[in-house]
Amino acid sequence: MSTLIEDATRRLRTNPAAMCALLVLLCIVALTLIGPWFNPNSSETLDWSHVAARPAWAGAHWFGTDRLGRDLFARTLEGARVSLAVGLVASAVSLLVGIGYGAVAGYIGGRTDHAMMRGIEILSGLPLVFFIIFLTVIFGRSMYLLFWSIGAVGWLTMARIVRGQTLSIREREFIEAAVASGAGTARIIVKHVIPNVIGPVVVYATLTVPQIIMFESFLSFLGLGIQEPHASLGALIAEGAGEMEAAPWMLLVPGGLLAMLLLALNIFGDGLRDALDVKER
Amino acid sequence: MLRYFLTRLAGAVPTLFIIVTLAFFLIRAAPGGPFDQEQTLPPEIMANLQSAYGLDQPIWTQYRRYLGALLHGDFGPSFKYKDFSVTELIGQGFPVTLELGSVAMALALILGIPIGTFAALHHNRAADYATMSLAVVGIAIPSFVVLPFLGLLFGIYLHWLPVAGWEPGSLKHLALPVLALALPPLSVIARLVRASMLDVLRSHFIRTAFAKGLPLHTVIVRHALRPALLPVASYLPPAVASIMTGSLVVESIAGLPGIGRYMVQGALNRDYTLVMGMVIIYSTLLIAMGLLVDLLYAWLDPRVRLER
Repeated sequence: MSTLIEDATRRLRTNPAAMCALLVLLCIVALTLIGPWFNPNSSETLDWSHVAARPAWAGAHWFGTDRLGRDLFARTLEGARVSLAVGLVASAVSLLVGIGYGAVAGYIGGRTDHAMMRGIEILSGLPLVFFIIFLTVIFGRSMYLLFWSIGAVGWLTMARIVRGQTLSIREREFIEAAVASGAGTARIIVKHVIPNVIGPVVVYATLTVPQIIMFESFLSFLGLGIQEPHASLGALIAEGAGEMEAAPWMLLVPGGLLAMLLLALNIFGDGLRDALDVKER
Repeated sequence: MLRYFLTRLAGAVPTLFIIVTLAFFLIRAAPGGPFDQEQTLPPEIMANLQSAYGLDQPIWTQYRRYLGALLHGDFGPSFKYKDFSVTELIGQGFPVTLELGSVAMALALILGIPIGTFAALHHNRAADYATMSLAVVGIAIPSFVVLPFLGLLFGIYLHWLPVAGWEPGSLKHLALPVLALALPPLSVIARLVRASMLDVLRSHFIRTAFAKGLPLHTVIVRHALRPALLPVASYLPPAVASIMTGSLVVESIAGLPGIGRYMVQGALNRDYTLVMGMVIIYSTLLIAMGLLVDLLYAWLDPRVRLER
């Protein structure tokens, strides 16, 4: 397996678009982490002498302020931090659920596999966004709920991929050896199947991060995600879209950052997928 | 063919039933009710309201009554928009949403398929790289970012198109929302067509067609296009789903009087019947799309046998 990862890394290194995207990503992550250190303004302070101020390098607010005089640079970075956190945690949740479900379906096979895959088919046919809207309405709008509900939707594709990988591993000799030595099904799945599929699948999970970030900002845009006073990119864009005639920077700063983040994640993810050549089977 | 179609149609009924049941109990599990307001109503009025809408009945009775009315095509009264039935509300907004969505879908197909073919024919050359880079942009950036950006550029700076608003039959007002909605599926379709076209172009029957001396456009249109469109057919249901979700935000940004706003508002207001109506409309559309795709498959690839 180590050779697979080494091969993939080598192929990824020769892909200029993916490496560029990685650089942009690292810059954004670094900015969200260290930005607050060199920005004198906090995201919650109201500066009444600079309400809806234009961006000015020499002024107090580099990227301008919003209607309440809050520093847009600080708020955008806070939003990006939240988006990244939601993206990572929800991907991890979908990974966890997807690995469990996919490995069981793929290993047991037969009628169980058929039924479990049919379940996924039905679920992916449902208008899941509506169910998430329901969930956020029912259980209140907390960040933890966002993690779980978005992750709960993202696991469908993940389960399909894990199942595909499991199907090919199931026929290998070491599984036969484990069966022959009397290991139970649960033990084989946990000890032998999952460790062998987890490498490529974890890497593949990076492709779900941009989808989840897009989804989180979509919910925040609708007012169902992260709530004030906390900032989120979706909510900032919704606010900026209403003000774009008078104060276009309120739209351009968060919108531009979200666009850059998603673009970089997508290009990097595509590069990773090409490098690993993982397929849904 | 007809028999297969009817079996699938019958199979769609339980799916729809499960969706309706799930949605019914989920939305009623939400705290609060449709008549909660800032000022609390006197208990007698509240009780009257509850009994007028049948909300004082046990939930199973409500569920049975709702299903019964639904079978007669009655979606019930809206709880928040007084004097309107859900059928009226959806009936007013749906044509706008349908127009927006179907124009966007048509645009995605009409532009996506030729662009994908074009990229495949210029495989690994500048035109290929350029279109595919644009496709990544189209996929990565959501419509609620694209639409305000387009509005800023074409509406506020260039004054070419209105930023928001709606006039019946006006193409100008539809242009930007349609473009923003169409961009993600357009990009995915272009990518899918490019990949499958590359595969098809390598196959023997295409080589034969070229060897016969047929001109390029005949080979593409007559021979290569149909098999190359198979992945596009299976992408149609997710494309419709993505346009539906996109229209929730696009309608609100562009100020279009469609039904998108009813979903979120309805859920927040606990307007039970309105939300149920929305869920039913959207799931029916999605299920119908799935059926249509199966038929398309049989037409695109004669080897597909629908009867099993």
